[in-house]
Amino acid sequence: MSDHAADDTVPEVDESRRKFLIAATAGTGAVGAVLTAVPFLASWKPSESARAAGLPTEIDLSKMEPGQMTTHIWRKKQIYVVKRTPEMLASLSGHDGDLKDPESAESAQPAYAKNKTRALKDDVLVLIGTCTHLGCLPKTRFTPGDTTIAANWPGGFFCPCHGSKFDLAGRVFEGSPASLNLEVPPYSFAGDNKLIVGVDAAPEQGAA
Amino acid sequence: MAAVIEGKGGFRAWLNKRMPVDQFMEDQLTGYYAPKNFNIWYFFGSLALLVFVMQILTGIFVTMHFKPGEATAWNSVQYMVREVPYMWLIQPMHAVGASFFFIVVYLHMARAFLYGSYKAPRELLWVIGMLIYLALMAEAFMGYVLPNGNMSYWGAQVIINLFGTIPGIGPSLVEWIRGDYGIGDATLTRFFSLHVVALPFVIALLVMLHLVALRQVGSNNPDGIEIKEKLGADGKPVDGIPFHPYYTLKDIVGVGLFLTLFAIVVFFVPTFGGLFMEAPNFEPANPVSTPEHIAPVWYFTPYYAILRAVPDQKMGALLMAISVLAFLFVPWLDRAKNKSLRYRGLASKFLVGMFFVTFLVLMWLGLKPADGIYVLLARIFTTLYFLFFLLLPFVSKADGNGPVPERVTYHAH
Repeated sequence: MSDHAADDTVPEVDESRRKFLIAATAGTGAVGAVLTAVPFLASWKPSESARAAGLPTEIDLSKMEPGQMTTHIWRKKQIYVVKRTPEMLASLSGHDGDLKDPESAESAQPAYAKNKTRALKDDVLVLIGTCTHLGCLPKTRFTPGDTTIAANWPGGFFCPCHGSKFDLAGRVFEGSPASLNLEVPPYSFAGDNKLIVGVDAAPEQGAA
Repeated sequence: MAAVIEGKGGFRAWLNKRMPVDQFMEDQLTGYYAPKNFNIWYFFGSLALLVFVMQILTGIFVTMHFKPGEATAWNSVQYMVREVPYMWLIQPMHAVGASFFFIVVYLHMARAFLYGSYKAPRELLWVIGMLIYLALMAEAFMGYVLPNGNMSYWGAQVIINLFGTIPGIGPSLVEWIRGDYGIGDATLTRFFSLHVVALPFVIALLVMLHLVALRQVGSNNPDGIEIKEKLGADGKPVDGIPFHPYYTLKDIVGVGLFLTLFAIVVFFVPTFGGLFMEAPNFEPANPVSTPEHIAPVWYFTPYYAILRAVPDQKMGALLMAISVLAFLFVPWLDRAKNKSLRYRGLASKFLVGMFFVTFLVLMWLGLKPADGIYVLLARIFTTLYFLFFLLLPFVSKADGNGPVPERVTYHAH
């Protein structure tokens, strides 16, 4: 060291070279840090077995009475299946003005359920029973005229958590904290009475 | 430093040469001068530290018997309180401790509003404190989810789904947080890791920074005047007294009172009428049965009331986030010259009083079902809540500039 101190031929510090090296080292380090974060963050995603448990589920409709609702589980979500009666279908008309999204324009549903009854087959309603507000289970309030819910209640669903109201197609009423209609999962039919939740209907089925 | 060591031999000198123990004690305690006019509101800082240590201690023992996970969590809690000696005491100490933590922290924050403790030069002290509060909210929420009772489950459902309202990334963010399509094993085990390892470290670090910042600027006091501006011949503030032994002794009285109240609650009313522990959490999580009425624990309900007051989901979540984060900006919203409310006008006193009442009313409303008159009240008080932050700059500017005393007001006891 002392040799160098006495040596006045020590070159001047090359500032631009030093700046470049600092920037290159810091930049490489930062890229490395970000890439290292990837496995840690990705480890939070659903595991293979969680994804396998999310495979489609089959539901037998043959034992359902008209007007009855059954609940099922698909991907840890409640699936509501309602066999709608002609009266229930008729109750869907006449209150479009009270709905936030009567045409389901903003709401989530497969293309084949984006229609008046929000269903592939008019009499079979399939919904994800998760309130679009914050995920509680809406309760069934199918009796029309239930004044504890609202005057001229047409029948539908009522969320006990924050009071969101939905009709018998899962469409949300004005005055509810939820902004969107209840979600319709992807589903299809294999024969008349077998419903498959998790597999989209083929285009020709949807056109029917 | 040399002065401290000099004249001492033996182990103490040996130690101080290798680690500045005496120096540290002098810097932090015996040589740290605090204003001599502290009142009862100044108990809550040291009490917050006490509860933090208690939560760590009881938490260590609860962790010894707790088994995180969908199938095991609920049973392991039942097992520990029913069969493991004295866990009937230690587990409720931990659960009740969470509520006491928030009682102490809310009173500690209220003190800052009364005496302007967040004002310059203590803005960063306040901001670090608010970060502790946010970390504490996350810690408490996850702790509430861990036992996997039915309110744990549905509370987690509601809170995690709040992240789903973020445009674009919301739904995938929710899936990422849960690690499944619903709340499951993956969710509970990662919450366990965060609750037991990550967040306590974060909180401990923030508490340390809070104290470092406090040592730099010194404590405020009920008069809101700086004692450092009046120094005696010895260079020490004439209105200051060493933190130790004066305030350590005073704080011991506070600790005694606090532990008495804490023991009464733990032994006689651990659920506190369903406020500290909610009834639906005495049954295991049931994904197919929503409790008829979902309410978070009392310390989150003011924000929950704001969330529910808005008839639009995204706006509700946004307003709720703003209502929490608004506190961060208080040091800059308050434009008064004087810190303490003692030397501000009636309008400022009324405004802060209104805010305290509003916070408590929202707390009560958040526990009530969201229907009928409660919705209307929640909307009125949500408006008042935000009105406070909007009016603060103007009111404080207008009537916060009166004369202040030269020296702190102090009556010997």
